[in-house]
Amino acid sequence: MRDFYGTTLPNGFMLGTAQYPSPAILADAFERSGASVATVSLRRESGHDKAGQDFWKLIQDLGVHILPNTAGCHSVKEAVTTAHMAREVFDTKWIKLEVIGEEDTLQPDVFGLVEAARILTEDGFQVFPYTTEDLVVADKLLSAGCQVLMPWGAPIGSGLGLNNLFGLRAMRAHFPEIPLVIDAGLGLPSQAAQAMELGFDAVLLNTAVANAGDPALMAQAFALAIKAGQEAALADPMEPRDMAAPSTPVIGKAFLE
Amino acid sequence: MKLQLNGAPLNSDAATLQDLLEQQDLANAKVATAVNGTFVPAGLRKSHVLNDGDSVEILAPMQGG
Repeated sequence: MRDFYGTTLPNGFMLGTAQYPSPAILADAFERSGASVATVSLRRESGHDKAGQDFWKLIQDLGVHILPNTAGCHSVKEAVTTAHMAREVFDTKWIKLEVIGEEDTLQPDVFGLVEAARILTEDGFQVFPYTTEDLVVADKLLSAGCQVLMPWGAPIGSGLGLNNLFGLRAMRAHFPEIPLVIDAGLGLPSQAAQAMELGFDAVLLNTAVANAGDPALMAQAFALAIKAGQEAALADPMEPRDMAAPSTPVIGKAFLE
Repeated sequence: MKLQLNGAPLNSDAATLQDLLEQQDLANAKVATAVNGTFVPAGLRKSHVLNDGDSVEILAPMQGG
C-alpha cells in the first residue's frame, strides 16, 4: 500500500460515518468492511443531548485512523477555521479539505481549495484535498504542499461511479508517485474495483454503504471489490485490443472439413 | 449580555468562554470553540473574555463522509 503522510494503510478502503440507520449498524459495517480510515466531521453540540460525545466514544472503539473533514465549508476562512477546530478535537494533523463551490454538484471550488491547502500545510496540517481530475489544479495542490490527491469519481452522494475515466487515467499516469484516492460518487463495488484497477491507491465512500438495504453486507462487498481491484492492478492487466485473438492454440488443430 | 450560541440567541452572564462552557455543561466535553468566526484553542478559553453581541460556536465530533 502507498504511504499517506508517513502512514502505510493495510488496505485501500476509507469509509464515511454518516447516514447509517443506527450507531450499531455503523459499527457493524466498519467491522465487516475492514476499512482502515473513518471520515468524521464537526457539528454544533448541545449541552442537552451531547450527541457528539456518544459519537466520539463509538469512533474511538472502531480502532481506525480518523480523517476529519471540512464538509459544508464554502469559503477558505470557514474551511481553515474548521480544520483548526478538528485538529484540536480529533488530535490529528490529517484533514480532508473540502471547499465547496457549487451547490447542485457539490463540486470543489478549486481556487479556494489551493489557497486553503497552502495555509493549512504551512500550519503543519497533512491535507487530503477533495478535488477534481484537473491536472493543473492537482499540480498547484502539490506545489501548495499536499502529498495526497483525492479526485472525485462523480458528485458526492450520486452513486454514478467514475464519470471521467480518461481524466482519471491521465491523472494516474501524470502523478505516478503520488497517493491518489477516489473520493465521492461511487455507488457500486464494481466501480471501486474499477478505480483500483486503474491504479488508484484507495477509495473513499459513504453513501453507497450507509444507504444500502444492508449496510454491513455492502461494506463487505466493497472490501472484496477493493481487494480484487488492487490485486488486478498489481497483476499487470493485459492491453485491450479491437480484434479477436484466439486463446486456444491453432497449431495442431485437426482438419475436419 | 446577549450572545449568539450555535446560531441561537442566548442571554448569559458568562465573563469568559470557559464560563460559558461550564454553564452549558460542556466544560469537560470533547468540543472545539470559535468566537466570531475565529478558532479559540482550549488553552485560551479561560482568558477569552466574551462581549455583548459575540457569536460563539461550540462544535463536537459528528458523523461525516
